[in-house]
Amino acid sequence: MTGVLIRALLSHWWRNPLQLITLLAGLALGTALWSGVQAINAEARASYDAAAASLGQGQYAHITARDGGPIRQETYVLLRRAGWLVSPLIEGDLRGVRIIGVDPLTAPGGIGPVAPDGGADLGAFLAGAGQIFGQADTLAALAETGVQGVMSPDAAPGTAITDIGVAQRLLGREGQIDRLLVAPEQPLNRPPLRQIAPDLTETAAQDGTDVARLTDSFHLNLTAFGLLSFAVGLFIVHGAIGLAFEQRRPMVRTLRALGAPLRLLIAAMAAELAVLALVAGALGVAAGYVVAAALLPDVAATLRGLYGANVSGQLALRPEWWLSGLAIAVAGTGVAAAGSLVSLARMPLLAGAHPRAWAMARRGGRQLAVSLGLLALAAGLAVYGRGLLAGFAMLGALLIGGALLLPPVLSTVLRLAEARARAAVAQWFWADTRQQVPGLSLALMALLLAMAANVGVSTMVSSFRLTFTAFLDQRLASELYVSATDAAQAARIVSVAAGAAQATLPILAVDRQVAGQPAQVYGARDHATYRDNWRFLQALPDVWNRLARGEGVLVNEQLYRRGGLSLGEPLAVTPALTLPVLGIYGDYGNPVGQVILAEAEFRREFPDVEALRFGLRVAPDDVAAVRAALTAQAGVAEAAMIDQAAIKALSLSVFERTFTVTTALNILTLAVAGFAMLMSLLTLAAMRLPQLAPVWALGLTRARLAGLDLLRAVVLATLTGALALPLGLALAWALLAVVNVEAFGWRLPMYLFPLDYLRLGGFALLAAAGAAMWPAWQLWRIPPARLLGVFRHER
Amino acid sequence: MNVRMLLLGLLLLLPGQAMAQGFAGLGSGPGDFATPDPDRVLEFPADHGAHPAFRIEWWYLTANLTGPDGTPYGLQWTLFRSALAPRDGEGWDTPQLWMGHAAVTTPDAHFVTERLARGGIGQAGVQIAPFSAWIDDWVMEGPDFDRMRLKASGPDFAYDVGLTATGPQVLHGRQGYSVKSSAGQASHYYSQPFFQVSGTLTLPEGDVPVTGAAWLDREWSSQPLAQDQRGWDWFSLSFESGDKLMGFVLRGTADYTAATWIEADGTATAYPDGAFSAMPLARHSVAGREVPVDWRVRLPDQGVDVTVKALNPDAWMDTSVPYWEGPVVLSGSHGGAGYLEMTGYD
Repeated sequence: MTGVLIRALLSHWWRNPLQLITLLAGLALGTALWSGVQAINAEARASYDAAAASLGQGQYAHITARDGGPIRQETYVLLRRAGWLVSPLIEGDLRGVRIIGVDPLTAPGGIGPVAPDGGADLGAFLAGAGQIFGQADTLAALAETGVQGVMSPDAAPGTAITDIGVAQRLLGREGQIDRLLVAPEQPLNRPPLRQIAPDLTETAAQDGTDVARLTDSFHLNLTAFGLLSFAVGLFIVHGAIGLAFEQRRPMVRTLRALGAPLRLLIAAMAAELAVLALVAGALGVAAGYVVAAALLPDVAATLRGLYGANVSGQLALRPEWWLSGLAIAVAGTGVAAAGSLVSLARMPLLAGAHPRAWAMARRGGRQLAVSLGLLALAAGLAVYGRGLLAGFAMLGALLIGGALLLPPVLSTVLRLAEARARAAVAQWFWADTRQQVPGLSLALMALLLAMAANVGVSTMVSSFRLTFTAFLDQRLASELYVSATDAAQAARIVSVAAGAAQATLPILAVDRQVAGQPAQVYGARDHATYRDNWRFLQALPDVWNRLARGEGVLVNEQLYRRGGLSLGEPLAVTPALTLPVLGIYGDYGNPVGQVILAEAEFRREFPDVEALRFGLRVAPDDVAAVRAALTAQAGVAEAAMIDQAAIKALSLSVFERTFTVTTALNILTLAVAGFAMLMSLLTLAAMRLPQLAPVWALGLTRARLAGLDLLRAVVLATLTGALALPLGLALAWALLAVVNVEAFGWRLPMYLFPLDYLRLGGFALLAAAGAAMWPAWQLWRIPPARLLGVFRHER
Repeated sequence: MNVRMLLLGLLLLLPGQAMAQGFAGLGSGPGDFATPDPDRVLEFPADHGAHPAFRIEWWYLTANLTGPDGTPYGLQWTLFRSALAPRDGEGWDTPQLWMGHAAVTTPDAHFVTERLARGGIGQAGVQIAPFSAWIDDWVMEGPDFDRMRLKASGPDFAYDVGLTATGPQVLHGRQGYSVKSSAGQASHYYSQPFFQVSGTLTLPEGDVPVTGAAWLDREWSSQPLAQDQRGWDWFSLSFESGDKLMGFVLRGTADYTAATWIEADGTATAYPDGAFSAMPLARHSVAGREVPVDWRVRLPDQGVDVTVKALNPDAWMDTSVPYWEGPVVLSGSHGGAGYLEMTGYD
């Protein structure tokens, strides 16, 4: 009995191989989209984390020599014996590999592969010839060194980590150290650094923190995209499954009439679906891998350019993607099938033969209520929610509420159009379109989500780019930035610059607690560079003149928000100096507060602070000459000069790559949504014959009918797009103004990009028209005998 | 003492399998390392220095101190040496690793900190004359072993005290050859239990001048524990009579005990397995473990039957290799104070 039953069920696929393929393809595409985005995200994050952890960059304060040269090992021991908990690090290149030597006994936690409490074999790492940790290709390059290699897939690409003694030997730099990492917790009674080692200088940990925050921001973009693509995928899976059940209702009825037990039937169909889900899920993960592998080089280049971290352009197939991809496929299938199985189980034995595709939207009222409830919830979370979780919950409620709103809105619009139509064909067109909304609603919701996601994410990325480049213009207004190692070199820089540059702007800074927050206090020289380039979030009139006269200070957004400041209110910069806040400026990526004083005020308050960094205004063509002069006459190292144009060019190229990735994902999402539409239209096409046959019999040609079908797809896509735009903008707003603030503490301004939206709309129409093309072509070519057959079979 | 601790070994030598070979790997076989020689006569000051051919060694000082208002304090300063191979070496290549533990215990707080370092580069080590044992800024040093300055610092405490010996060194077991199991595992072990202490503790509430008595243990071996021994309970007790008692129980398939009775003039009597006994009276939950912090300790041959009670039952050493170490107060046949160390309570 069971065997017969299974054969009967499977025979459906045998007779309709195309349906089997569409079902598998739908499931696989949904899974691919999800796992592809996840893969990119996980890989980029894993590589970046590995790079960050193995370098200990930013996480810890570090000490370097003032002259940029190596630190003597004796100095390290001297510092330890004075009570400074520092750990030595040496770096160098050997055969194209970056060798990092660490001392695992003193390294702050998390640095290097073998922390003392990490369970690794410290003995082997320290004893004898030592060990070197790295990825396989890295180890291969170092095979001749004779040091035992240990595969470490989480190591940063192109980087090998080993004991500092081994690294010194390999690099031929015995007794030398490049940097000392400073443990976050230090003992009491520790003498100041300058007393023990006056030629060393300590750099606080926060430098690296902005990098981490910007990276987080980038990952947030991708995570949001992953979430959205998941929603799109879920709708597609739902659509594909619903289709498979819909078409087999007559067969189920027949089998039951022949005596097949309902329970066995349901179990067999559930098992069949599970197998299909696993197969499609595996295909999807593999396809997602291909997508990710194609896109990853761009992502890697983006991170490399932005943060200098070497992210591997290679994708490792991680077990968690397989699991999450298969889980999504199976769970999505389960959710989608549950409703269908229940309705099959409840199907009256004699009434089940009719596919229900033209059952009108009987659940319309309830759906509208749920949708409005979710949108209200999203609004409530936006106003009252706190925390990142609330932010993401709000995103979810907004998306699902928006999607559920689509069918009722479409029905209403179409009903209005029908009421206004006068010609018979037009009336029929609108009525027929409205009748198809229930059958197409899942596919249209997927299209809606895809478009909204694209609008939302590209608005976010573009806003991020505009904001960030404007920020760079503001912060890197000078053409050349120069750092001096000491006051004497600073004086030489000033004298060289006096002859070569149009203006020299000293950068005076000191760390202070302001308004109870850690902050940097800057002294700014009154110069057109600032007046021309800086933009304020809020400012009093005549702000620069008042600042120059010492009548107030400027603060960044972080200090303004965290310190609870307001414009015009006095701020105690030091116990002796209290001045009103004149303006508030955006300061993206900076974790600490900032206060800007006029140069005169700053020098009076902090007479001991000398300017060691300078911004030089130079005609763009003269930059190279000024650099050469500084090197020759003031002994400034190349690395101590930063060319603003180069930084901007790099940043822009990074954003270009981000766009490549975003655009590729946009197109992919739309393609998937288009595919969902194609499947729905194909299903409807077969079921609609009894409705089309009378219209054909009344004189509309097949070509006209096919043309109307194509038009219908475009009309529906246009209406969907009209709803997707506000939903997408709401999504972008949620990402920029809610999620970003919760995640990073600053709000990104939102910019609108109408041309981008038009282009996206164009893509969506193309996708819809493309999806309708095949069914329309089939209709155009349908043998008249089949249309006539409808009348023959009329019951 | 004793068998004390620790460490490093554990940590450093046999990661992952440490617990399979006695506490902290101290039950692993000696391999190429030297083994204690029952006929060896200890020589000073040479034996105050390091013995790199042995796997493990420690300079272990504990002190019972009193503040100006009579508040009791405990202090610990320990330097462990653990060798990855039985040789010395210069620079980073040395197989000699060092670990420091420092602690201050008050009736309601316990401050602990730890340091790790490699020998060979000058960051940690021991020098005989003038004597100096150090790791980072922590030192125990002086012109000789009888007059020393002891310093350590952590993120929330520090101390700086002077040590003056008022009695002779004491050799445990057979002239400093201390047997640890019926299978014959042993160590070289001597003590200086007669230090007077005075100096300053720096605590979160401020500096506290203190005075009191300290007990320094020196021990080295390559395999001090038998394979079945899981840990030990070690007592160093100073009675009001001026007598002192060192006793330990090594917990294994069968317990193994040993003790040394030290008279006020330094005359020492060693007791074999079974003469000394210690029985837990009450347990206390600390760091997720049940640790016995009240004991009945007996040495019938000297009429000792005392209750040993922890000054602060929370004196848990949350270090790479965790254990319990803290000051105790005595009552019963004798009054007094001392230190208790308990390892292997997992």
